[in-house]
This record gives sequence, C-alpha cells and structure tokens, in this order.
Amino acid sequence: MQQNFLRKLIFDEKTRALLIQTLVIGIFAVLIYLVTKQTAYNLEKRGIGTGFEFLNIAAGYDISISLIPYDSNDTHLRAYFVGLLNTLMIAVCGCFLATILGFLVGIIRLSSNWLFRNIAYVYVEFTRNVPVLLQIILYYTILLHLPKVKQSLVIFDNFYLSNRGLFSPAPIFKDGFSIVIGSLIVMIIFTFFLKRFLKKKQELTGKQYPIFLINSGLIIFTPIFVYYLMGMPLEFDHPVMKGFNFKGGMVIRPEFLGMLFGLSIYTAAFISETVRSGIISVSKGQREASQALGLKSNFIMRLIIIPQALRVIIPPLTSQYLNLTKNSSLGIAIGYADLVHGFGGISLNQTGKAIEIMLIVMSTYLTISLIISFFMNLYNKAVQFKGNV
Amino acid sequence: MINDMSPYLNSNKIFIWSKKNLFSSWINSIMTIIALIFIYKVGTFFLNWAIFEADFITNFRGEIITDRTFCSKNIEVGQHGACWSIIFVRFHQFMYGFYPVEEAWRVNVIYALLPLALIGILFDKLPFRKIFIYFTFAFPFIAYFMLYGGPGLSVVATNKWGGLLVTLFLGVTGIALAFPLSIFLALGRRSNMPIVKSICVVFIEFIRGVPLITLLFTANVMLPLFLPEGVKPDNLLRALVAVTLFQSAYMAEAIRGGLQAIPRGQIEAAQSLGLNYWQTTRKIILPQALKIAIPPIVNTCIGLFKDTSLVLIIGLFDLLGIGRAALSDITWTKLYYEVYVFVSLIFFIFCFGMSRYSLYLEKKLKTDN
Repeated sequence: MQQNFLRKLIFDEKTRALLIQTLVIGIFAVLIYLVTKQTAYNLEKRGIGTGFEFLNIAAGYDISISLIPYDSNDTHLRAYFVGLLNTLMIAVCGCFLATILGFLVGIIRLSSNWLFRNIAYVYVEFTRNVPVLLQIILYYTILLHLPKVKQSLVIFDNFYLSNRGLFSPAPIFKDGFSIVIGSLIVMIIFTFFLKRFLKKKQELTGKQYPIFLINSGLIIFTPIFVYYLMGMPLEFDHPVMKGFNFKGGMVIRPEFLGMLFGLSIYTAAFISETVRSGIISVSKGQREASQALGLKSNFIMRLIIIPQALRVIIPPLTSQYLNLTKNSSLGIAIGYADLVHGFGGISLNQTGKAIEIMLIVMSTYLTISLIISFFMNLYNKAVQFKGNV
Repeated sequence: MINDMSPYLNSNKIFIWSKKNLFSSWINSIMTIIALIFIYKVGTFFLNWAIFEADFITNFRGEIITDRTFCSKNIEVGQHGACWSIIFVRFHQFMYGFYPVEEAWRVNVIYALLPLALIGILFDKLPFRKIFIYFTFAFPFIAYFMLYGGPGLSVVATNKWGGLLVTLFLGVTGIALAFPLSIFLALGRRSNMPIVKSICVVFIEFIRGVPLITLLFTANVMLPLFLPEGVKPDNLLRALVAVTLFQSAYMAEAIRGGLQAIPRGQIEAAQSLGLNYWQTTRKIILPQALKIAIPPIVNTCIGLFKDTSLVLIIGLFDLLGIGRAALSDITWTKLYYEVYVFVSLIFFIFCFGMSRYSLYLEKKLKTDN
C-alpha cells in the first residue's frame, strides 16, 4: 500500500503535480515568513514604524513643476499626486511626440530617395543604441547651455528659448470659452454619428459622400464660429522681459523639455522600426490589386495599406508606450519632479518608510501599465481581422 | 575591348543608380539637394568639432593639456573644437573606475578573455567549439578570482570598481544569471500546474510593469531590511540582484515566444516515444525553441546593457557615472559634450555590435529552415 503511494508520487502525473505545487507553496510560505519576521525585527531595531499615517504629514519640500497648487506645507499624499500628474504629463506628451516622430521617420525610411532613407537609418541606429538616460542627460545639458535669458532665442516672435526654459504666451480663458470647448466636443460626437449615418446610406444607395471633408469642416469651423459669436473669449498673456527674467506668460522648464526630447527621440526610433515593418508587411499584391480596381493613390493608402499595417503596428506600439512611461521615471537624474523623484525619493528619505513608499510607487506604475495595455488592447481588437480567418 | 568600355559602363551604372534613387522626380531632386545641404552642414560641424579643430593631447599652442584651462576653447574665444584630453587623462577611470593602477592588468586579462568566453556560445559552427564552451563555464570563476582577488592576489573591493568594468560586469553577469532563471520562468508560465503557473505569471508581469529604477531602489533600500543583521550585501551585488530579476522577466517572455512557436506535434511525438516531461523539454522543445528565441533574447540583452547605466542613480559608478564624476572634478568641469559623446560611442559600439549579431542570426535562421 505504502509502496504504491510512493510509486504514485513519482510516476503518476497528477499526484506528482500536486506534490510539486505543495512543495512550492511550502517554500514560498517559509520564505515569506522568514523575510517578514526579519524585516519586522530590523524595522523595530531602527525605530521605524509601519503604516500609512505618514501620508498626512506635511511633506516639507518644494516641487518645481506642479500642475496642481502645492507648497511645502502640503502633505506627502499631495506630493504623491503632484508627482503622479507630472509622470502622466510627461508620458502623454512623450507618447504623442514619439508617435508623430516615429511615423515620420518610419515613412522616410521607406522613401524612394536614397539619401533621406539613409539619414533616417543613421538616426535610428544612433538613438536606439545609446542609453535613454544618457540621451536625457545630454539633451538637458544642451538646454542648460542655451543663451542666457537676456539673449533668448526668439521663435515665431512670441516664444523665447533660453537656459531657463521655453517662455511662451499663456492663454487666459474668459467667460464663454467653455462654450467654445463644449461646441467642439458636441461636434466631435455629432460627426461620429454622422459618419456612421452617411456610411450606411452609402452602402444602401451606392452614392458617395465627401464624409471626411464634411466632418473636418464641421469640427474646425463650428468652434471658430462660436468663438466669434461669444466675442472672442480668449486672450494671451505674453512674456515680457523685466529686470533679469521674464514676467507673465508661462514657462516650460528645461527639465521637462529634456525629458520630453530624450524620451520621444529615443522611443521614436523604435516606433519608426515597427511602422516600417508594418508597412512592409502589407504584401505588394494588395497595392497592385487595388490599383487594378482603379483606386486613387490616397485611397489605396487610407483604405488598403494603413488598415492592414495597423494590425502589425499596434501590439509593438503598445509596448513602446509602456516603455516610454516606465522610462519617464528617469526624471530623477535631471531633477524632473516625477513620481520617483519627489515621492519615491525625497519623501522616502524624509520618512524612512521605504516599504510603504516603494509599494505605492510600484503599484502606481503597475496600474498605469495595465490601463495603457487595456486601452491599447481595445484599440487592437478594433483594428484586427474580423470574422474567421 | 571590354576593358576599354568598362569605365563608360561604370559611370553609366552610377548615372542610372542616381537617377533611380536620387533624381527620379523633381520632388525627389529637391529632397536630394536638401539632404546634401543637411549632410554637409551637420558633417562639417561635427567633424570640425570632433577632429579638425579638436585638441587631443596638446592645444593649439602646442602645450600639453593638464587641466581644462589649457583647452584651446578656453584660451581663445574663436576656438570651438572638442578637448579630448579629458578622456586621455581619465582613461584609467573610464575603463576600470577606481581600481588600483598597479592591479589594472587583472582587468585587462579579463577584458581579453571575455571574447574567448563568448565566442563559443555565439557561433555554433566554430571549430573546437566544445573546448570554448568548457572555457565559458570556467570563465566566471576565473573572472571572480582575477577581479575580486583571492589566494595570491590582493582583494579589490567592489566599491573600487567602476567605468566600463561595472557596465560589462552588470551586463554580462546579469544576462548569464538571468538566462537559466528565465528558462524556468518561461516553462513555468506554460506549465499545467496552476500554482506554479500563477507564480510565474505574477512575477513576470510585475517585473515588466514597473520601471527598473524602482527595482534598483528596492534592492538598494530594502534588501538590507529583508536579510539578517550580519549580512550586508555590497552595493554592486544589490544592483546585480535587481538587474538579474529584471532581465529574467524580459528574457522569459522572449523564450515563451520561442516555446509557442514549437508545433504541438513535436511534444506529442516525443511523448509517444515514451519521453517524460524533462526529457521532452530538454531534448526536443528547448533546442528548437531557444534557436527561434535567440534574436529576441539578444534584443532584450541590448536593452539590459543600455539599462545598466541606471545604476548611477543609486550611486554606482558605471561608464556614465564615471563620466559624470569626471565632470564634477573642478579641474575638468564643463567638458560635457566630450564626455557624453565618448560614453555614447562606447555604448553604441557594444549595442550596435549586438544588434548586428541578432540580424546575422535572423538571416541564418531563415536559410536554415
């Protein structure tokens, strides 16, 4: 009987699996128990308590870039939100710029012009083979060595680039501007349904409508019309040189610009490669077939090539967005006040609550990653093949 | 006759080629001209800065440069060239960090042996490959003995290590340690056992969801909290733990891709031959799966090699960290671009080399099948 049981343990697959898993759980339980016990002992010895009460204590440090009102009397919790917003801001701006730059470079890499193609190739190879941290530091250094404020480089008459950042006019929204924004949102929703309606009509009657023209016209001109109707409720506060610095306007700090350039230039190199391989992956026959059907070249691109290329492009693009978001944590190297720099760095040093703070920071990044994956997966599902293949 | 015609043919070829690739339409011609102007401007600017107007050992007066005040650009306003002497003067630090000068030969021996240790893994049609592979397995012990010290050699603590040594140490050791771990993770993720599977999935997704810098912080701050009092892992080891765990999760996903590409029939055929799980995995699945997975694995390795630069944030002196240390030296400060360009170049050489190797493998795999 007993021998039978032993035999079963070794040779029966199910029993063996059960044994292995029990062992794994056991080892994990022992490990976790030991680590927790040791940690509790170490913490007690150093006089560090546990718990999240520290979040309500005044943080006591300033943060240079903040989207919400913040000063050093505010709590660690508020410092956390300031950092989180800064992380999200750089991630969103970075993804946006990287996508534009990446698509541009990807298309240039397929250009029929040999020189353009190879300039893009050199760009891609040089940026993706150098650490993003080094690039961020390099661009930041360049930004810090721009001319002083007094000799700012003037761009388009209203933007001033100097070693203190980019000074630009600040928009001042007056009453009624919300109605302009509202009309824009209403128009976007309206055109969405209009597009559906016209498409259906086209399928029924065969008559083609200039959907794109109508919709873009509606989206662009309605808010402009409302804007004039409301009596132009938008003004700009221009930066003016006063004494040693600019007064008025708004400033984009070199830390932000350095992060933005570093992240987007680096990530764009990877995105351009996925775009290129996506476009190449659409077989030549597709283009030839659509030419044979008599489609115009912009229709071929819009209706045949891009929808098929997107299927290949979206999954790697998602992981590039995730990488960019994670790389935004490198702001600490140049003093960009993101989550890791402020909350994960200064708050940690002040309170000593390493475990709690790292837990919060890591779960925040995990949540951001999951949210990005979730939405990109939805989009991916929308562009993938429908029906059975 | 044919010889007489060849120059004509050649120039004709160039003509046809440039007509096709540079001047196929008037838009294309304008683009070509813009590109040429761009290349000329950027090229002359960079070459002038880096080579023609640059100081290497002496400045334009012929004096040997011993600190930054001797750089041409700091003597005369019109001079714009780079001042490479910071690299020459601090070359030892860039290569070995604060490793004692008289012991640097030990690092040099390891630098020289490293390619020999790698060549056996990289090229499968190498003559005497077996001997090289044996050497590969012996290499970590040789490297430990040579770099850290032991009987007959003085001990050089890891806080003296720096520069390229730390970058290569973290990169190579991280990859080597992560490789076996990642195979187990990938197999675990595809296993039928729910608990093993979920542990692997949680581990991989957790590591891939957080930035490396948070892992480095955690290892740096929390490892001492987790361990008994007497045990104090040194800083380099802490970074190595974080880097290894990080790399193993990414590598596991690359290997999982390879595992998924193996048709089910292979497993079924192996099972019907009477092979058990480990025999099937070791003799049938892994050899095929790893072969497919090598290009993506190399890509994760390139990523890791670049990411080793993050250790400067937790206070280690890797290549970039040493560069920044050089810049904070009062006698050499402000030569940013020289240092960053030099460090970029070293990273570029390694990463570009790896990516070429990955391309070579991809081409080889295509012809193999």
